[in-house]
Amino acid sequence: MSAPLLEVRGLTKHFPVRAGVLMRQIGTVHAVDDVWLTLSRGETLGLVGESGCGKSTVGKTLLRLHEPTSGAIFFEGRDITSLGRAEMRALRRDVQIVFQDPLESLNTRHSVGRILEEPFAIHALGTAAERRRWVAELLERVGLPSDAAQRYPHEFSGGQRQRIGIARAIALRPKLLVCDEAVSALDVSIQSQVLNLLLDLQQEMNLALIFIAHDLSVVKHMSDRVAVMYLGQIVEYASAESIYASPRHPYTRALLSAIPMPDPTDRERRRASRIVLSGDVPSPIDPPSGCRFHPRCAFARADCATRAPSLESVAVSMQGGVAAAQNGAVACHYWREI
Amino acid sequence: MASDVKLLVEGLATEFTGDDGTVRVVDGVNLELRAGATLGLVGESGCGKSVTALSIMGLLPKPAGRVAAGRVVLDGRDLIALPPEAMHTIRGRRISMVFQEPMTALNPVHRVGEQLAETLRLHTDVGRGEARGRAVELLAEVGIPAPERRFDEYPHQLSGGMRQRVLIAIALACSPDVLIADEPTTAVDVTIQAQILELIDRLQAQRGMSVIFITHDLGVIAEIADEVAVMYCGKVVERASVDVLFSRPLHPYTRALLESMPRLQRRSKTRLPTIQGMVPSPRSLPKGCRFANRCSFATPECGVEPPLAEVAAGHWVACHHWRRLAEDGVG
Repeated sequence: MSAPLLEVRGLTKHFPVRAGVLMRQIGTVHAVDDVWLTLSRGETLGLVGESGCGKSTVGKTLLRLHEPTSGAIFFEGRDITSLGRAEMRALRRDVQIVFQDPLESLNTRHSVGRILEEPFAIHALGTAAERRRWVAELLERVGLPSDAAQRYPHEFSGGQRQRIGIARAIALRPKLLVCDEAVSALDVSIQSQVLNLLLDLQQEMNLALIFIAHDLSVVKHMSDRVAVMYLGQIVEYASAESIYASPRHPYTRALLSAIPMPDPTDRERRRASRIVLSGDVPSPIDPPSGCRFHPRCAFARADCATRAPSLESVAVSMQGGVAAAQNGAVACHYWREI
Repeated sequence: MASDVKLLVEGLATEFTGDDGTVRVVDGVNLELRAGATLGLVGESGCGKSVTALSIMGLLPKPAGRVAAGRVVLDGRDLIALPPEAMHTIRGRRISMVFQEPMTALNPVHRVGEQLAETLRLHTDVGRGEARGRAVELLAEVGIPAPERRFDEYPHQLSGGMRQRVLIAIALACSPDVLIADEPTTAVDVTIQAQILELIDRLQAQRGMSVIFITHDLGVIAEIADEVAVMYCGKVVERASVDVLFSRPLHPYTRALLESMPRLQRRSKTRLPTIQGMVPSPRSLPKGCRFANRCSFATPECGVEPPLAEVAAGHWVACHHWRRLAEDGVG
């Protein structure tokens, strides 16, 4: 097996909580704690979880939009956490990100043409005529009309703006694209168009994707493998098919059973078997001891409050090394029994 | 009108007037809410589902919005014709509403319990102490732990899910017959959504309320609705019982929406069926069927607007080609 495109080892990101006139630190947000990931070329890894689980922080830290507190991020075998400014800028040709609201990340006073030309300008690529041609090609590729270059972002609908954001991100043919809730604000009919565009681009460019979203149906649809996060940690890691067919962690199960299914005939059975989690996600400032999910877990036992489970491979327990379980891991002391 | 109809919306048309003229964002909507049932109103951004709700409630922003035509009949009485003071009494006591964003619907500088107690004092004949007791009971009823303590907290001290529960408690304060919930779970996480849906379901059963549940999420509709109306560009394009709508959709828009949803059962990384193009602006609606320019079934006939017709008992469709969809089965 070739070396992975991306390898994340023990990634941790803590944010200080400050208060008072002196802005003294009064606590720490454990946004991401000891996350390990690998990703190959052309592959999609989904990151799913609820608000505050740290999935977006992981995505931003991969581009060093946040500086990691500890841990290492290897891109093509090189640890990027210690790169200087110039080296990071060069790396951004290969690693790009698309956010939920493109208006926040695009300069709204610039025409779409200028926005799309900027990546070429930053990296001093091409003549003026070549850049214009590349911009036209990008617009066509993401399904926008050619006159879009002369218009401004606010003139476009949400779905079209997301296409502009994607066009800008793929301008320099990156190897890795982080999609941070990229389709979450879109209506379902527009969302499916953008998801198809991302799948097509991935195939054409052999693009690796980190697909971050709170909607498990969308994440499962886009991903080869899925990591489920809860309060800053990965609780389960599995292929997209097995996360749905055989979820192992109690939180993954609860998350799956909470998803409203567009099938009313089955709803009584689903309701009866639904695992409704009590209460809210605890604060990441002072996460629960032991397993962070234990206060809401229906299967928790006494030692779950004191002993933190680590991600344990599930492969050994599978008969004949079932393909679906490759890379499968779960952070629960009792997953075999529940 | 069938005897068990609690709320009837007939030919509702709502217009907004701004600097650049008047647009009709709800155009001839007919709905029937049966007593004790949940009617799901579903559609994408800008389809007019929220404006329909505000029109029913008499809460259109003034002076921009106005009901241009139609009736909203609650227990035989037309609410549109009522003077504002009479409507104010109806709102809260008979019919009330829960909004999507609890942070903006709650007053950030007042304690949540006070806001609930104030609603009680405004609409019922209770004193200060009694209102507090009743408010604490309501907070408990909507599943807020330690309601005595929560009463004295401010909205920002509560989680999104808790704030939504408080809003539901406020809406229930005067035991309305009809509850309109406008995207009440859109801003909360999926596990919290499951809690809120369960809460609304339980409260409805216990109190015998009739509910209009507005959402863009067909999954949520399938979980909670008895009847469903699908809206597109200000019109109802299909109406049916929830089972029929999901198993035998007869409008091309309903069917395309269902097909374009990513589903857990679908194999990963396969292309999704899509609806081409995008929703037209209410200022430049196509003549005839408003979905025709995006529809794979469209023919020249669609230049004439199809009426919402009852094609089977309780199943209403506004499409010239519904028979082709019926023969076709679900794609």
